[in-house]
Amino acid sequence: MEQIIANGLYLGAQYALIALGLTLIFALMNVLNFAHGQMYVIGGFVTYTVYAQLELPFVVALFASAITLAVVGALIEKFLFRPVIKKSVREESTMLLAAGIAFFLDAVILLVFGEKQRGVPKIVNGLFNYDNYTLVMPYDKILVGFLAILSITTFILYMQYSKTGRAMRALAQDKIAAQLMGVNVERYSMIGFALGAMLAGVVGGLLVSITGVNLGMGGPTSIKAFMMVMIGGAGVISGAIAGGFILGMMESVGLTVLAAYGDITYLAIFISLMIFLAFRPQGLMGKPWG
Amino acid sequence: MMLKRNQIIGVGFFLFVIFVAVPWLIHVSGRWDFYYTLTSVALLSIASGGVWLTFYIGRINIGQGAFALTGGYVAAILVVKYDVSFWLTIPIAGLFCAAVAVIIGLPILRLRGVYFAMITLVLTEVARLTALALPITNGAKGISSIPLPGELSILGLTLIPDFSTVANVKLAFYYLAAVLMVLCFAGLYRLVNSRIGHLCRSLQQNEELASSIGVNTAYLRVIAFAISSFLGGVSGAIFMAISRSIYPASFPVKDSVDFMLNCFLGGLGYVFGPMLGTFMIYFGWDVLFTTGKYQLLIYSAILILLILTLPNGVLSLRIFNKRGTAK
Repeated sequence: MEQIIANGLYLGAQYALIALGLTLIFALMNVLNFAHGQMYVIGGFVTYTVYAQLELPFVVALFASAITLAVVGALIEKFLFRPVIKKSVREESTMLLAAGIAFFLDAVILLVFGEKQRGVPKIVNGLFNYDNYTLVMPYDKILVGFLAILSITTFILYMQYSKTGRAMRALAQDKIAAQLMGVNVERYSMIGFALGAMLAGVVGGLLVSITGVNLGMGGPTSIKAFMMVMIGGAGVISGAIAGGFILGMMESVGLTVLAAYGDITYLAIFISLMIFLAFRPQGLMGKPWG
Repeated sequence: MMLKRNQIIGVGFFLFVIFVAVPWLIHVSGRWDFYYTLTSVALLSIASGGVWLTFYIGRINIGQGAFALTGGYVAAILVVKYDVSFWLTIPIAGLFCAAVAVIIGLPILRLRGVYFAMITLVLTEVARLTALALPITNGAKGISSIPLPGELSILGLTLIPDFSTVANVKLAFYYLAAVLMVLCFAGLYRLVNSRIGHLCRSLQQNEELASSIGVNTAYLRVIAFAISSFLGGVSGAIFMAISRSIYPASFPVKDSVDFMLNCFLGGLGYVFGPMLGTFMIYFGWDVLFTTGKYQLLIYSAILILLILTLPNGVLSLRIFNKRGTAK
């Protein structure tokens, strides 16, 4: 039981970090970023390249992932999303663009990094063993979980107390009012997109040390991120964190309890999500109709 | 509803092209592989037409893959395990999908915008995982070596011959898909220009306002979603018959996204948008096959450029649209 909870918390911290980026982009620009999973994969590959191939310290690799993705995110916002949002009659066109970008990033990953599964050497060795094997957790998982929670805390504090964070929260709440108060919408949309992409990159970099990374991980990661956002409510930061931890916990419990019935954990999660959404369409903490 | 003269000419020309000119050109050039491509385009555009209808009521549907998969499995199971005639399984598969759509649609159609988009995307995954988990669908191995469609006859009069005795199966499937595509889009055109179509458009613009003047929005939404899923199921069933097999991975998430892209690319304001979009995307992808490993890169770059220059669909170009506005 302790083992299940520990695994759930560890997974939840990673998931929450992915969902945070997605929900931030959604809150600021009303864009569903289909390419979020691909950004996560790029983050993983950058960390792999810097840490495993150039043999620089893991922290440097993590920063390299973060910066690469922030730049990619800013460029995508400035040159792709901004003109399309301005021109299109129906705002759904941004979804088409996001899907196109997802394909594009997949192609870039394939050409630059190849299609092989990549892993990196362990960042720390050893195993944490509590009370004679009732709770076993490798040290690197603990470290990664800790780093993820640290990133989440930093992100929340940044959104809460910095000027940029305040401006972005104002934008998410009411775009026109924020504009009237002198918030530069274009600038903060770009920063927000970059920040969201950066979070995806950081998780990719963290998780490459545990699970490795490969080309095919992008799509499923996006779907998981969508689920978390739906559980918690789209565009709400607390919702994304709650959604991440709930999904992590459900996956951890499901893999143990439902193991006897075959590989149906995700089926069960999907079906319970649909029933949940029938009663509460806006998710746990979302505003009705976002 | 009166058709204008040049509309009749246009439709006549289109029918001539797909039923006479294309088979003749293929016969002359000897490129028999084009039949498969064009059959796929026709079937995919049927499914995309369904997605387009859900767009018409203001919902972003990324779940058509789920219904195509369901339709394919229903038809395959009926043909293989219960020995039902394939021609009968097409409507059964469609109606089964429509029924599923009603059950699922009642709760999830209350969701809007991105929420509905996300839940339908999840639905695609649910369908795949269900196909993996149920005993009747035979898990990851799927159902293969399905027999070709048999004879369809009424009172001893053969309407459609047994496909295994037909000289050219590819041509037969092409005609089948083309006929269904024409029927599907004629039906959609009629629907959109009917009273229900106008009501659907009111839903797309403002749901509260529509319901405040007495439009039964919940009923309309479910009807539109059921028709959409019916089309998805039909196209899935015929796809099963062409490839003579079906697997959980037959319609992955990428297909669901593609159906949506087809509609977007053709233009959401135009009934025939999904047909053009499907044609462009499918052919574009095939033509780019020659570029080898750069295929996906070029394809997605072109896609992004198209969206940047024509965010409201290809049909919004002025040559297609003399009135000038999308609405």
